[in-house]
Amino acid sequence: MSELIFSKSRPGRRCTVIPKCDVPKADIPHELLRETAPGLPEIAEVDLVRHYTNLSRRAFGVDNGFYPLGSCTMKYNPKVNEEAAALRSFTGIHPLQPPESVQGALQVMGVLSDCLREITGMNAISLQPAAGAHGEFAALVMIKAYLLDHGQPDRTKLIVPDSAHGTNPASAAMCGFEVVNIPSTADGLVDLDALKSAVGDDTAALMLTNPNTVGKFDTNIGEIADIVHGAGGLLYYDGANLNAIMGIARPGDMGFDAIHLNLHKTFSTPHGGGGPGSGPVGCNAKLAPYLPSPAVTVKDGGYAFTSPEKSVGMLKSFYGNFLVCVKALAYILTLGADGLREASENAVLNANYMQENLRGAYDVPFPGHCMHEFVLSLELLKKETGVTAADIAKGLIDRGVHPPTMYFPLIVHEALMLEPTETESRETLDHAIAALKELRQMAAESPQALHDAPVTTPVGRPDETAAVRNPVLRA
Amino acid sequence: MSYIPNTIAERKEMLGSIGVSSVEELFAAIPENLRLKGRMNLPQAKTEFEVLSELTALSEKNTLFKTCFRGAGAYRHYIPSVVRSLASREEFVTAYTPYQPELSQGVLQSIFEYQTVICELTGMDASNAGVYDGAQAAAEAIAMFRERKRTKAVVSAAIRPMTLSVIKTYCRAADCALTIVPARDGVTDLAALKAALDGETAAVYMEQPNYYGIVENAAGIADAAHGAGAKLIMGGHPISLAVLKTPAEYSADAAVGEGQPLGMPLSFGGPYLGFMAVKARDMRRLPGRIVGKTADAQGRDAYVLTLQAREQHIRREKAVSSICSNEALCSLTAAVYCAAMGKEGLRDAANQCHAKAKYAAEQIASIDGFGMKFGGFFFCEFVTSCPVPADRVMDALAKQNILGGLPIKIDGEDCILWCVTEVNTKAEIDALTKILKEVIY
Repeated sequence: MSELIFSKSRPGRRCTVIPKCDVPKADIPHELLRETAPGLPEIAEVDLVRHYTNLSRRAFGVDNGFYPLGSCTMKYNPKVNEEAAALRSFTGIHPLQPPESVQGALQVMGVLSDCLREITGMNAISLQPAAGAHGEFAALVMIKAYLLDHGQPDRTKLIVPDSAHGTNPASAAMCGFEVVNIPSTADGLVDLDALKSAVGDDTAALMLTNPNTVGKFDTNIGEIADIVHGAGGLLYYDGANLNAIMGIARPGDMGFDAIHLNLHKTFSTPHGGGGPGSGPVGCNAKLAPYLPSPAVTVKDGGYAFTSPEKSVGMLKSFYGNFLVCVKALAYILTLGADGLREASENAVLNANYMQENLRGAYDVPFPGHCMHEFVLSLELLKKETGVTAADIAKGLIDRGVHPPTMYFPLIVHEALMLEPTETESRETLDHAIAALKELRQMAAESPQALHDAPVTTPVGRPDETAAVRNPVLRA
Repeated sequence: MSYIPNTIAERKEMLGSIGVSSVEELFAAIPENLRLKGRMNLPQAKTEFEVLSELTALSEKNTLFKTCFRGAGAYRHYIPSVVRSLASREEFVTAYTPYQPELSQGVLQSIFEYQTVICELTGMDASNAGVYDGAQAAAEAIAMFRERKRTKAVVSAAIRPMTLSVIKTYCRAADCALTIVPARDGVTDLAALKAALDGETAAVYMEQPNYYGIVENAAGIADAAHGAGAKLIMGGHPISLAVLKTPAEYSADAAVGEGQPLGMPLSFGGPYLGFMAVKARDMRRLPGRIVGKTADAQGRDAYVLTLQAREQHIRREKAVSSICSNEALCSLTAAVYCAAMGKEGLRDAANQCHAKAKYAAEQIASIDGFGMKFGGFFFCEFVTSCPVPADRVMDALAKQNILGGLPIKIDGEDCILWCVTEVNTKAEIDALTKILKEVIY
């Protein structure tokens, strides 16, 4: 185990020292002072460096190994993107500088927005949301404003398939919508009859991920759009799975009115151990006046900030996670139209290759080809051997592979959801396939070994119940 | 360049093993009429060299001011080299949210240490792993304290305008009433605040120091809020907390704020970091990720994402918030920064911010027409009048590679919101005053 930085602290040790104050010292009135200094570490630079270097050795990123975490698109993050985002005239500019002094930054935002419009087929984009769930919230806030503006305050229900990401219903609730869950068919698609009976004049929108979370493209999307629009509702696209269809099909052409994207997934800006991400919101012409403010527009041959006519306002300070946008633009410029399509094709190829090679060893609950990800069900395996999806996942850790997404989507019991992405070689896929098959065998022969996995990590499975029962949240 | 390792020949073999002859067959589920005809209209693919040249050229269209006297929600502080170096380690940068604790102890421990740092700075008991930024943290905090019978929020007009704008968006979305209490003499009007509170008020939000840089009568505001049975949420500048009274000492119920000053460059507004901390009694109301300490079967210390029953992936529509990805690498950056500055270093930076701001204020206010707009103790920002159109001042400063304070209007009058931090030297402040004198003559 790794000692906390606070226990490495020794009174009087220093790391960085700032220059001596060159103006007269100014006293702060006693009644405004805190009683004791905050207990920050006192540590030498070398020990600080070793502390975090050692922590980094107990972390696992795409640069360490294969990371087939379903719905998270853990593709390789090119280094040039980081270099572009570290340019001093990007990192050093103040967000409240006059527009004429930040034309380069505004152009980055303008060009990126144009690219994203083309990739998605939407009319307008705002880069302000900081993450996927934030973009989703933005879209719902816009939909709500649109409905109120059009005299339809009674459209209070959001329809969400039972395969949806948890952020969908949570964002809906933050906007005061009532969530109506509808079941999926045995094929994992939207149940059209259930949808037909769910829509009505109280429908605000349907929230849909396509390809969906079981890795299937919902082939009925045209009819779904007709049903929702026919009832006067709107259609929202969760962009978590866009990596399957770039250059092949576009949410705008499928009839979606609003979307969000995850630049940290599809456009390879890294995920940083949980962020920062970027979750642009896009929409068609009828929702465009409601986009967050400010928007970047071309004006008099330059770029300027404007406020969309009926803007819902701001979702965060300033304009979004700008440096993440720089990385996404670097990625799009590198790949171009053909490269993005090639990325999607190979993401789908790699997923199908894995799915096909695992069929037989594991239960693939949905028939046919998948898109960029697929789901295995270990329900039967658990019944037969007592080995769970989590046990197999932990076994993978001992074989150098980051586990897939576990226990999601909720409609598949003992689910493992794998998304290999396009940036993995055949050998990497073969290694993971072999590991999964070996684990399947172990489940039958020595289940206890899997219950005990992982054994190669600095710690074994933490006691999560104890963590909740007796929360220790700080040193 | 698509970063795809497999060669065309390998892809063919893989297709064969799937039992299809072309990749198109894998996309059969997409109806023909929905397929994109032709290619996307995007810029031609470029090499790494060309992309870097193009983006470098774009970056150079920006003016990188040598000297900066502008804050207003984004602050230039010294960032030790060790911060960027450690926060750039690829194991941290290319990891996902630490869903697999055994593989992610490093990330989890870094968040646990971050949470501890935020608790130390704010005096609170429990911090989450961070949210998108300071403004959104304020909006999330209001949502966190809303109850069935207490749904209204009351905020001071002396907070940052962007924070107010974000709070408005979130409150409007949730159909929750929001009352804005006017500012008087640059601080929250306490009498108006008291009048705005009632039995339906869930929370009061204030900033300390406020938008104008002034330290508020937070004890008075806390008494008023608590007297009405409402919670007090205090926003703040994290470096000021190295010396100024903490939100906990003012008996605030939540401390939130913009974490950017803790080692993040200005970056045209993002990525930044929203910090959020509460008293122990409210820890289960916090939104977002929280890391807790526990043990594995062998009794070894282990860190995990915990109290997840609050979160969207478990509670779905009953969750406190939909936040999923946050700003984890920025939280790590903040923790490294605080350790690099250390207990003494952060106090030194905070004291210098105030000393230099005070010196600058005295110098500027001594110039005809640039008087201090408000009294009251300020930390590192202050407002002066501006006797000429503010644009003229800003242009004159820009010519000398200086980004002046932010022009703002107060009661229709041209004013300037200045910010001075430890990175501004006496020579820079003296040069600034010299230019201001020249502008008015």
